[in-house]
Amino acid sequence: MSNESSMRRVTAIRNGTVIDHIPAGGALRVLDLLGLRDGASVPVSLVMNVPSKKLGSKDIIKVEDRELTGDELARLALVAASASVAIIRAYTVAEKREISLGDEVVNVVRCTFSNCITQHPREPLPHRLRVVDRAEVHLRCHYCGRPQDLDALVKNVI
Amino acid sequence: MVGLITMEDLSNEDVIEVLDAAERLLPVARGESYLPLLQGRILGNLFFEPSTRTRMSFETAMKRLGGDVVNLGDVSTSSVVKGETLFDTVQMVDGYTDIIALRHPRQGAARYAQDAARVPVLNGGDGAGHHPTQTMLDLFTIRQAHGRLEGLDVVLAGDLRYGRTVHSLSHALVRFGCRVVLASPELLRMPSEIVEDLRASGGDVTETTDLHASLATADVVYMTRIQKERFADEDEYTKVAGAYKLHARDLADVRSDMIVMHPLPRVDEIHPSVDSTRHAKYFEQAFNGVVTRMALLCRLLGVDVPGGEA
Repeated sequence: MSNESSMRRVTAIRNGTVIDHIPAGGALRVLDLLGLRDGASVPVSLVMNVPSKKLGSKDIIKVEDRELTGDELARLALVAASASVAIIRAYTVAEKREISLGDEVVNVVRCTFSNCITQHPREPLPHRLRVVDRAEVHLRCHYCGRPQDLDALVKNVI
Repeated sequence: MVGLITMEDLSNEDVIEVLDAAERLLPVARGESYLPLLQGRILGNLFFEPSTRTRMSFETAMKRLGGDVVNLGDVSTSSVVKGETLFDTVQMVDGYTDIIALRHPRQGAARYAQDAARVPVLNGGDGAGHHPTQTMLDLFTIRQAHGRLEGLDVVLAGDLRYGRTVHSLSHALVRFGCRVVLASPELLRMPSEIVEDLRASGGDVTETTDLHASLATADVVYMTRIQKERFADEDEYTKVAGAYKLHARDLADVRSDMIVMHPLPRVDEIHPSVDSTRHAKYFEQAFNGVVTRMALLCRLLGVDVPGGEA
């Protein structure tokens, strides 16, 4: 199945954001991270497990009337670093935005370890997670050193 | 300023340099000579949870070298009880002192404090995280007994899950090519991420629940305390803890130069009958806390200890 027909499984959107090439099964995490799963006020379309030349199979999310911000792209990098993001205006791709996981994720999510010093709500230093393996998305807290579980991490968005 | 937060902050060469400096400071630590290398310097002791040996040995180390110490004092009477953040406390003490020794119940507190401070921070234990100054005195004790750190067979026993001393020590031992046996109850195994790290760095690491089967080939047996509160019921604790106790009769077939270590305080994991054997090193180990902390204070404050190679 071509990429185009995958995209057309749901209606084209007039304005908003298309997140393509999400690793299959990762779309729900993306929705969690972007706060689109509960109480989203904009229409969201979701396609899961469609064939993909690049990934074998993939998920796609279309968010209407909302353009992802830089902060949101940084969050997206945590769970779908291979994703491509297109900003749609008047039914056409107005802009393509790159996402990439750097060496460190700062003030995007909070360490998941319950006894980490950063759990104190008034401690002012930034929340810092070190990227120890970019391909496997292995992260560790800069302060306590604990490895981070991605499923738990998406619930700790700042 | 760079402090000592985990053993990763010191290379193997750094470790040897500090141990050599500590060796040279032994007469000063014993009070046989006076060497005021740190005169005019002030150590801030920030202990947010109880400590006897670590706090006192930092204080003794500073004073033996002519320096001074200010203490946070009892946390329940300090500004911490009013809700002051660690960041604010460290900012204040940073202005008062030249170096900080920190113990805190939360993991990561030492790295956090170092990021907040301009003066060097020495991690005196952060939650179940790291305790690198303890590791340095452990390494000093091991080298004193065996004349080397490389290639030894070391058994770490007891509570390996929550025991921060063994977390830091295991990393250092693997770096020096020691073979490490981790002997613990299932419930108190070394955290998997630490075991993975040790193996990823080429460590020869074995996990077992049978401490006594590991004794015969060991050069070092490092005991730790198993705390009752880690277990759901007392019967389970009694059953498990019994398998991680050493009695003098257990040492009949061990190597003649094998040493028994313990970060102290012990409860009943080492029977007093072991104290009088040639294997017991835990009280010397506690003394070594002073001399290694003297060497570390000098290093982090940029003060050379006389007698080293030019």
